[in-house]
Amino acid sequence: MTYATARLSDADIEALGSELDCIRADVVASRGERDASYIHTVIKVQRGLEVGGRTLLLGSLLPPLWLAGTAMLSAAKILENMEIGHNVLHGQWDWMRDPEIHSTTWEWDLVTPAAAWKHTHNDLHHTWTNVVGRDRDIGYTIIRMSEDQAWRPWHLAQPAYNLLLAAVFEWGIALFDLELDDVVHGRKGQRELFDQVRAVLGKAIRQAAKDYVLFPLLSGPSAVPTLVANLTANVVRNVWAHTIIFCGHFPDGVEQFTVAEVDGETRGGWYLRQLLGSANIDGSRLLHVLSGNLSHQIEHHLFPDLPSNRYAEIAPQVRALCGRFALPYTTGPLYHQAASAWKRVFRMALPSHPRREAAAVAPYAMA
Amino acid sequence: MTRRDRGAVPASGRPSAPKLLAAATWLTTPLLPDDYLSLVNPLWSIRELRGRVETVQRLTADAVSLVIRPGWGWSAHQPGQYVGIGVDSDGVRYWRTYSVTSPPSDRDDRVSIAVKAVPNGRVSQHLVHRTAVGDTLRLRRPQGQFVLPADAAVDRLLFLTAGSGITPIMGILRSLAARGAMPDVVLLHSAPTPDAVLFGAELRELATRFPSLRLHLRHTATDGRLTLDQLPRWCRDWPERGVWACGPTGLLDDVESHWRAAGVQHRLHVERFQPAAAATASGGCSQVRFTRSGRTITGDQATPLLILGEDAGVVMPSGCRMGICFGCVAPVRSGQVRDLRTNQVHGEAGELIQTCISTAATDVELEL
Repeated sequence: MTYATARLSDADIEALGSELDCIRADVVASRGERDASYIHTVIKVQRGLEVGGRTLLLGSLLPPLWLAGTAMLSAAKILENMEIGHNVLHGQWDWMRDPEIHSTTWEWDLVTPAAAWKHTHNDLHHTWTNVVGRDRDIGYTIIRMSEDQAWRPWHLAQPAYNLLLAAVFEWGIALFDLELDDVVHGRKGQRELFDQVRAVLGKAIRQAAKDYVLFPLLSGPSAVPTLVANLTANVVRNVWAHTIIFCGHFPDGVEQFTVAEVDGETRGGWYLRQLLGSANIDGSRLLHVLSGNLSHQIEHHLFPDLPSNRYAEIAPQVRALCGRFALPYTTGPLYHQAASAWKRVFRMALPSHPRREAAAVAPYAMA
Repeated sequence: MTRRDRGAVPASGRPSAPKLLAAATWLTTPLLPDDYLSLVNPLWSIRELRGRVETVQRLTADAVSLVIRPGWGWSAHQPGQYVGIGVDSDGVRYWRTYSVTSPPSDRDDRVSIAVKAVPNGRVSQHLVHRTAVGDTLRLRRPQGQFVLPADAAVDRLLFLTAGSGITPIMGILRSLAARGAMPDVVLLHSAPTPDAVLFGAELRELATRFPSLRLHLRHTATDGRLTLDQLPRWCRDWPERGVWACGPTGLLDDVESHWRAAGVQHRLHVERFQPAAAATASGGCSQVRFTRSGRTITGDQATPLLILGEDAGVVMPSGCRMGICFGCVAPVRSGQVRDLRTNQVHGEAGELIQTCISTAATDVELEL
């Protein structure tokens, strides 16, 4: 291996792995009432904010109501997407055996159906984190985020279209989850695509009807301000989610890997790749909650199915472990990490040589 | 696509809530109106049947009677039936069944259950010691065949119970008493001590009020266990009576063989609180894969698939948990299972199996 592991022996890597296994086991053994009441509270707050926001917007002709309503609805949508939806769909709360808060029954307030997203995100991205050619989240197939990805002239425009993507992120993800490139290359059947398109359209119609037709109509004279408010809330949520997600794997200090490097990877090696391939965001408790605790991206990638409220608690242990093994623990304030990720978007817009020769780019689909 | 479409929640039949809610789904999508309404009142949910604890009455040192007001989607019970009760203990949902002890009523759909705390029993301990008025419980609707025939053709009855086995009989006696017509009933009930008799005072009061109800309480700590050859001492015409028996497995096994030996097993009705397990000596392990949830676990071949699934965090449909109600059935995709009651090994692709009384006999894939 050529990445930071060069300093670590195989035995070190396995030792690191078993230490991380212990951290995980401690959390699993102590999950209980406190965690359950955390997620119940977040859900209550989120639904309260949503009902409150939408109620205020019924009178959104009055600017103060518009402002307060839009702020509450934006916050509700952010919580719903990040701290609740993303984490429930990871199965972080399945241990409660509550069918109401379970990865197999949850559906979220985004255009892409939960099932489609669970495949591209939980299966592909979390398994192949930062492996160029396997992890489709490296630029979502349209943005060049690695020297090892081939440069094409249209990448010159990627700073512009990445900005646009941020605003319409939920639609971008819905399209991305269809894996159209896999269909083009014959790795995915047309029948499957057809079923997925139908599911997306069915959901998109309901989503759009709610935010852009029904609630505006209910608002009577405030119809137009309500429509604008709902649109604003969705864009705010989209830009926020896009920002947090880009801070997770693209700031400086985060490593990318080649297919050759992960060949024969052990459990310890997988842990190590998650550690080196993710970056945290420093900030307040509020930032952590609003980011769905993806501000603890490193802890999340090590243990995607542990309850999100525990990431902050185990972060010091993980960081100390990195210190002991002389491994980087990439973190920084939000503005710094976001600027760093955007710098990469600009840098990769220009042609550059692959970092390593071993960059044998494999098809996304695995045997 | 809404949460309802995802269909992993066991269907609970026809909801009684207004159709307005179906239209309101367009406003709450992808959630359901329930998700918001139940923040105001936990009982306002169509998708999940819930109940609120309205009274907690201490029966003995380790038993309580709970009066529960069910939410939307409830259906009236028949005396003798049981309900599923789900509680969250340490953040985790657990299900057990309890007999309804209250008589059915036209005016009031509240139901009572009686719960005796079992040592190390997670649900019973929770219900007896950590449940207060106002708490929300999860419910499953009444089920069970341990009921008196509708035509009331049985005029002479023998109720044979022990311990908390009195609970379904209490439901039956109370409903007979509420109708004011008590048939010829002999109740033979065993409990360790007088203090441990659930509903002792009420039973004695009923026996005083209705001369046709003959009550025999046996305190096994002092009198020893009831043996069935003593039966004629209390009930001379036992072979001619319709019999309803409920209690520990040992008693029920004895009762079944006694009535069979007398050739009158057709008069016998038995309610078990645990499945009658055939002796399995299998100590092996199997891989169990839950295809829809994408979980794979290694489980021992003695634990029911229902428990293995629940422990792995899979949403498992369930009901009586003892092989009766078929509320837990799921299709097998591959592999074979063993019926805990008969030891029979079966299973072919697509076969619906009862997960509560089936263990893995080979590696198994379940479509859950």
